[in-house]
Amino acid sequence: MSYEAVIGIETHVELKTRSKMFCGCSAEFGAEPNTHICPVCLGLPGSLPVPNEQAIDWIIAIGLALNSTIAHRSVFHRKNYFYADMPKNYQISQFDIPICSNGHLVVDVDGQEARIGVTRVHMEEDTGKSTHMGGDGRIQSADYTLLDFNRAGVPLVEIVSEPDLRSPAQARAYVQELREIVATLDVSDVKLEEGSMRFDANISLRPEGTDALGVKVEVKNMNSFRSLERALSFEIDRQRRVLNQGGQVEQETRHWDEAAGVTHSMRSKEESSDYRYFTEPDLVPIEISSEWRDRIHAGLPELPAQRRSRYVAMGVDSVTAATIVGGGLGEVLEAAVSAGGSARTVSNWLVGEVTAYLRREGGSIEETPLTGEALAELSTLVESGDVSSSAARPVLEGVLNGEGAPKEVAIARDLLAMKDTGALEAIVDEILADHPDEAARLKDGDMKVLGYLMGLVMRATGGRADPKLANEMLRARV
Amino acid sequence: MGALTDLTIRAAGDALRAGQVTAVDLLDAVLGQASRTEAELHSYLTIDREGARAAAERADAAFSRGDDRGPLQGIPMAVKDNMVTDGVETTAGSQVLSGYLPPYDATAVVRLRAAGAVIVGKANLDEFAMGSSTENSSYGPTRNPWNTDRVPGGSSGGSAASVASGSALGALGSDTGGSIRQPASLCGVVGMKPTYGLVSRYGLIAFASSLDQIGPIARTVDDAVTILETIAGHDPLDATSYRGAVPALRSDIDHGVKGVRVGVVKELSGDGIDDEVLAAFERTLDGLRGAGADVIDVSLPSTSYALSCYYLIAPAECSANLARFDGVRYGNRVDGGTVEEMMGRTRRAGFGPEVTRRVLLGTYALSAGYYDAFYGQAQRVRTLVSRDFASAYEKVDVLVSPTSPTTAFELGARTQDPLSMYMSDICTIPSNLSGEPSISVPVGLDGEGLPIGFQVMAPALGEQMLFRVASEIEHLAGFELLRSEKVGS
Amino acid sequence: MPIDIDIAYVARLARIDLNGEELARFGSQLGVILEHAARVQDLPTENVPPTAHPLSMVNSFRPDDVRPSLDRPVVLEQAPESEDGYFRVPPALET
Repeated sequence: MSYEAVIGIETHVELKTRSKMFCGCSAEFGAEPNTHICPVCLGLPGSLPVPNEQAIDWIIAIGLALNSTIAHRSVFHRKNYFYADMPKNYQISQFDIPICSNGHLVVDVDGQEARIGVTRVHMEEDTGKSTHMGGDGRIQSADYTLLDFNRAGVPLVEIVSEPDLRSPAQARAYVQELREIVATLDVSDVKLEEGSMRFDANISLRPEGTDALGVKVEVKNMNSFRSLERALSFEIDRQRRVLNQGGQVEQETRHWDEAAGVTHSMRSKEESSDYRYFTEPDLVPIEISSEWRDRIHAGLPELPAQRRSRYVAMGVDSVTAATIVGGGLGEVLEAAVSAGGSARTVSNWLVGEVTAYLRREGGSIEETPLTGEALAELSTLVESGDVSSSAARPVLEGVLNGEGAPKEVAIARDLLAMKDTGALEAIVDEILADHPDEAARLKDGDMKVLGYLMGLVMRATGGRADPKLANEMLRARV
Repeated sequence: MGALTDLTIRAAGDALRAGQVTAVDLLDAVLGQASRTEAELHSYLTIDREGARAAAERADAAFSRGDDRGPLQGIPMAVKDNMVTDGVETTAGSQVLSGYLPPYDATAVVRLRAAGAVIVGKANLDEFAMGSSTENSSYGPTRNPWNTDRVPGGSSGGSAASVASGSALGALGSDTGGSIRQPASLCGVVGMKPTYGLVSRYGLIAFASSLDQIGPIARTVDDAVTILETIAGHDPLDATSYRGAVPALRSDIDHGVKGVRVGVVKELSGDGIDDEVLAAFERTLDGLRGAGADVIDVSLPSTSYALSCYYLIAPAECSANLARFDGVRYGNRVDGGTVEEMMGRTRRAGFGPEVTRRVLLGTYALSAGYYDAFYGQAQRVRTLVSRDFASAYEKVDVLVSPTSPTTAFELGARTQDPLSMYMSDICTIPSNLSGEPSISVPVGLDGEGLPIGFQVMAPALGEQMLFRVASEIEHLAGFELLRSEKVGS
Repeated sequence: MPIDIDIAYVARLARIDLNGEELARFGSQLGVILEHAARVQDLPTENVPPTAHPLSMVNSFRPDDVRPSLDRPVVLEQAPESEDGYFRVPPALET
């Protein structure tokens, strides 16, 4: 029996407003515990919430960037449950009239595009942080808990996808694209390691070709894109095994254990939560006029999908375009192209040599001496044949290391292309003479040995020979 | 002059400015009265002698240098103990907050202080403002100054009793279903609930958020206006606070009632109202007719359902508002092996029976499967109540009824039967549901010498008309306020 | 007829630990009160919108300005238990 995975993802994004959602306490991450608190975010008797207008602007922006419908009228609800890190023991959230609904984004996995629905985007407040003490640090064996309410009340946007994802890779692509979109909007730090972006997944299996949804399992505690992919792969295997053995998948919440590479069943609750949602009486409704919505829309930056399309139109291939946009290399690419560089050539360098360099040395491209102008210069040098395409790599490395502009580096490192065809001929002849067996094979039409001989020519010329010319010469002069 | 503790705020203000009396004198008089009467009346949970004295001295110093911040400067006032006061114990009448010191002042309190008022202390109340007799206070009840075997009404019983008995010249109360007006009626003073949103709720320990309002309790309509003028107005810390200009509350107060259309709410002026209360009510209506008012009967059919509606909405909201009392961050904690146990035990020990009943009721009304039939339906009925008021106000300028079906009942008379206690509020609840202003004015005494209150209701932001009619009623009734020396005799 | 409710479930939802006698007592009291409150169901309300707020106000916001927070020592002094700047509670059973 062949099964299809049906996956939905619930993402939470903390907005990087200066102050909290319902009070004026600083929303900044990393302060001493319980120093950003006030009667409102601490839930002291008599306190009242007042919404942060900037947060509303920003959630509208997220909704528009996800192609959502923005509600004309939206309200807040109370979601009621008891938990020590929730100061009021209810969370101000949204229930049946979220600010944004019916959106989507497009993910690309290995060239396959899929449109993933975004059911809703709504506004809520974050909780405080619990630290479980004693035992082995896990919740189940703790002796006591310490609470820090600095995070309580920070604006939180919840983004819920339709169960349109069909593979772990697609799920990963979805959250990565979501992260990129939100980062482009500059409304959140979206740092998984700091918790400003978090996600949970719902996954079920169904026999391929059927429509009915299988039993849904919720998976939590995936703290990186990789663990999301691994956790979902594990779940697919686990659920498939259960079903193949004739069993039933239990509807439950499971915790991903990164170290062990498995999901664990969490202690099942006595009854599923009854949140008793009702309209928040301390807040009045939000009415979003078309003027307001249009103003936010007009202020949206170019989104990743649009940018990628623009680069493809410039001649960059789509996978490279995605890597460039995702890696924050777009600005320098565009600067290079405006300075006359070839989009295709420059983009390949950016995702190749430059990315490898940044990975090795750390930091961002802005911190290197490499500019768009320099890339354009190098591109022109290659195009005119002054630098061979294989010599471009060491030249680039030299520019990154601060050795100077491309032409300077090429000269200093003796990488200018060998333009003297006579000298090249001499070298080709020498190599053919020194390798009679290989020469004979080449003469017989063995193309494989051509590569070996090419390598020798390039080595002998210090990489400066024009590969195309050398290739032609070898074949002609053998 | 007579006893200082019998002065109205206006008369006290005149005396202060005439140099006949100082703010410290007033405070001493009020504290003296309190020490004479409090053992029996128990209007206060906390008397802040130090804070009050410092405020009185500051007021006197201000007067001497010609700094006059207005009519409340130097005036001793009580504040219901469900409004937070910075550094002064605030209990909401509950054990769960015993010893709790808030780190901030309610906005209404801030405004009183800024006006130079002298806050004498925190007045007793039904626990978390839930009740109609102040017998639900977990610190013991307050007694009615007119007859100490009787209740003062509730939930602002302490506030009303302090003003009636002379241990304050004015007070702040809160009103969710009648909790200012009903005790004012039972204690023979004026109590008023403003238009919802006119007074900030920031710092008012929430009972039912869409119904709660802070309002004045005072000896005269004029004094009530003075207090309201000081505390009303937009507060950026309360998102439900009205953003428009506060109406000129006092502008029509002396205009009389000639040509004013007065609607008698049929459903609240017949069955279920005590004979003597009804008689005083009718007498007042005659007086209004005599003064030129046009008195007609109006029917507001949905008001018969107002009590049921209220006893779904208020508990539902309170069940969420009281969830924060869990022993985690403040208040009295009862320990447990797990945090769930700790919370469960803390709340069991901390909440009295009426509060527990309402929290359970509200939780049920909101729970899955019951929401639509109970809470959801109640919110729709609430709309019907508001619509009834709206159509009535097309025909009349104000609506009237008795404030309370009875005069003050005996302590213990209704504590065994929650429903009978709830019936005290049938006349007052409708204007909480509609969010419209209403006031109780004392108009007479019954055969046992217990005060009877007359209720006037007006459309939203109709305080000018409300005070105008109330003032005329006050004038017509000629009600004699309780004299300080009579208290506790 | 007084309404029959699962009072134990409601008490759990409300996080109030009641003993058997209390549950029985409150359960029957609530049944009586609810019977009276259920009268709201007698009124026809099709097409009647619920009132969530008595005002007809919308869009009540505050600007994204940081204001001073409370002093931690003042706040922790009111805490039943605290440790090293944190509030301290017994361990959670549920996660």
